Amino acid sequence: MTTVAARTVSEAVWAALGTVRDPELDEPLTDLGFVARCAVTGGDAGATDATDAAGAEVAVQLRLPTYFCAPNFAFLMVADAHDAVSAVPGVGRVVIELIDHFAADSINQGVAARAGFVGTFGDEAADELDDLRADFLRKAVLAGTDRVCRAVLAAGADPATLGRLTLGDAPASADRERLRDRRRELGLPSTDDAPLVLDPATGNGVEDPAVRRHLGLARLTRVSQEANSGVCRGMLLARYPGTQAIGQVGHTGESGEEQRP
Amino acid sequence: MYTKDGEDYFVVDAHTHFWDASPANWVAGQEQYAKGWIECFHAYQGLGPAETHWPIEKFQKYSEETMMRDLFEDGHVDIAIFQPTNLRQWYTEGFNTTETDAAMAERHPGKFIVNTTWDPREGDDGLKGLEERVKRFGCKGVKLYTAEWRGDSRGWSLKSPESARYLEKCQELGVKNVHVHKGPTIWPLDKDAFDVSDVDHAATNFPELNFIVEHVGLPRIEDFCFMATQEPNVYAGLAVVVGGLMHARPRFFAKVMGELLFWLGEDKLIFGADYAIWEPKWQVEGFVDWQMPDDEEFGDYAKLTVTAKQKILGLNAARLYDIEVPEKLAPKKAEETSPVGVAGS
Repeated sequence: MTTVAARTVSEAVWAALGTVRDPELDEPLTDLGFVARCAVTGGDAGATDATDAAGAEVAVQLRLPTYFCAPNFAFLMVADAHDAVSAVPGVGRVVIELIDHFAADSINQGVAARAGFVGTFGDEAADELDDLRADFLRKAVLAGTDRVCRAVLAAGADPATLGRLTLGDAPASADRERLRDRRRELGLPSTDDAPLVLDPATGNGVEDPAVRRHLGLARLTRVSQEANSGVCRGMLLARYPGTQAIGQVGHTGESGEEQRP
Repeated sequence: MYTKDGEDYFVVDAHTHFWDASPANWVAGQEQYAKGWIECFHAYQGLGPAETHWPIEKFQKYSEETMMRDLFEDGHVDIAIFQPTNLRQWYTEGFNTTETDAAMAERHPGKFIVNTTWDPREGDDGLKGLEERVKRFGCKGVKLYTAEWRGDSRGWSLKSPESARYLEKCQELGVKNVHVHKGPTIWPLDKDAFDVSDVDHAATNFPELNFIVEHVGLPRIEDFCFMATQEPNVYAGLAVVVGGLMHARPRFFAKVMGELLFWLGEDKLIFGADYAIWEPKWQVEGFVDWQMPDDEEFGDYAKLTVTAKQKILGLNAARLYDIEVPEKLAPKKAEETSPVGVAGS
C-alpha cells in the first residue's frame, strides 16, 4: 500500500484486499478465491491521483468454501477486509458482505457496526479473537520455518548447523520475508541476526539436539496448513462450479480471471 | 474381500452412514440448517472422482439397496461400522440415528456393526439411555460430537466430570471404542471443533478405552499427531483423509499419509469411506494401488507395504472391534510396528 498514486482506486482496493489473509490458511483472500465481487463506484474510482477522488463507494462480497465454515474465522476476515479497504485513500463508504453463510447476517451487521466478536455474538462467544489469531500466527511461523530451512539445506548447509544459523544466513526469498513478517507480527525477533530456528511460543532460539524434532513439527505444521488449503480450494470450486474467482477488478465490477487451485 | 495382484485385503469400513436429509424430514423453521448441512456434505463429495458424484436429490436420501450395493457388492467392504449423527434439532426423524442403523443392520446379519452416541449434557437420563441402547443393539463403540450445540451450550469437553461418568459407563459396558469427531467444523462458534487436548486427557485417564480421532483433527493434524504420539490408545480415523484428499489433492494426501505414518505408525490408522459422502469402491481400489511418490519432495516419508495397507484397510479396525478375520490374514503376535516419530526418538 505504498504506491497508491500510481494506480486507480479500484486497483488499490484490490491490493488492499490482497493484504487480508485467511488466518488459518495464511493466504490472501484474493488468492483463495474468497472475493466473489468487488465493485468500486462513484467518487472518482478510476482516477490515478487518489487524493483528488471524492470518496468512492466500495461494495465487496466474500464467500467461503462451506455454509458452516467457522464463524470466528469468517468474522476475522470480514472485519480485516473492512479495515483494509477503509484505509485506502479515496475510498468513502465501504460495505463488506459475507454471503452464503449461516451466520452471515450477524457477522455483516456486527462488522458494519464495529461491534467486535463478543458484541456480535454475545454469550455465544467466549472471548475476542486475538488469541486465535496469535495461535495461527505461531503455526504460520512454524510452517514458514520449514520452507526457509529447506531452502537453506538445498543451498548446501549441513543440517547439524541449522541451530546456529541466523535469519540472515538463509537465502533471500519471498518465503524468508514472509517468515520475517509473521515473526514481527507476533513480536518475535525478526532481524537478520535473530536465530533462524526459534520457538514461536517463547522467541528463544532452538538449538541441538532439539532442532531435529522442532523441524519435524515445522514440516508437519506446513503439511497440515497446505492440505487444509487444498481442501478449502476444492470445496470452494465444488460449491461455485463454473464461477470464476476475480483476478482484477474493473471500474464497477468483475472481470474474469479464473483461478483454479 | 478385495484381491489385487495376488494379495487379499479384508476391508472394514469403519465410518458409514444411512441418512435421510430429504426435505420431508426437515424440521419446520430449521430448513436453512437442514438444507445447509446436506449441501455442505454434498460439496465434500465433489472432492471425489467425477463419475462418483450424485445428484443432490439422490444424495439427500438413498435407498437401502443402493447402500448395500455400493458397500458390499461394488465397494469391496466386508464389514461396515455405522456412526450415528442424530441432528434431531434439524431433521424430524433424525439425520442418521442408532435406531435407523440398527434396523438396517438387523435386516443384513453379519454386515454391520452398530455404534451409538452420548452427550454428557443429558445427565442421568442420558446414561440410562446409553445403557439401554448398548444392551439392545450390542454396541461396542460410540461416536461423539464435542462441538455440538445444545440450548445455550456451544459444546462440551471430554475433560469434564460429566464426561468421565459416561466414559466410566462405557468401560463398564464393554463399549471400548470411542470415536470423536475432531475435524471439519460444523456447529462451532469460537469453540474449537478440532481441539484435541480433551482427547489427550481422556485417553490418559481411560487407558482401557480406544480413542479414534475421526478426520485426524483436520485442519490441525499437527496438534493431533503431536498428542497421539504420547497416547498409546489413540488412533487416527481416516474418513475425509482418503475421500477428500487422495483424488482431489494427491500430493497433499501423500504428505498427510507420510506424516500419520511417521508420527503414529501403521497400526494406528483406521480406514473409513464416510459413505454416502464418498463411495468405498474408488477409495479401496485407489488406496491399494497407491504408493508414496518417488519425488525428492517426499523423501522424508516411507513407502507403504502391502502389510501396512492390509492393516489400515481392515485389520486394525478388526482388532479394535474383535472382528474375526480370515485365518491367513490374522496378525501374528508381536507384529506391531513402532512409528518413527514417537516421542523421544
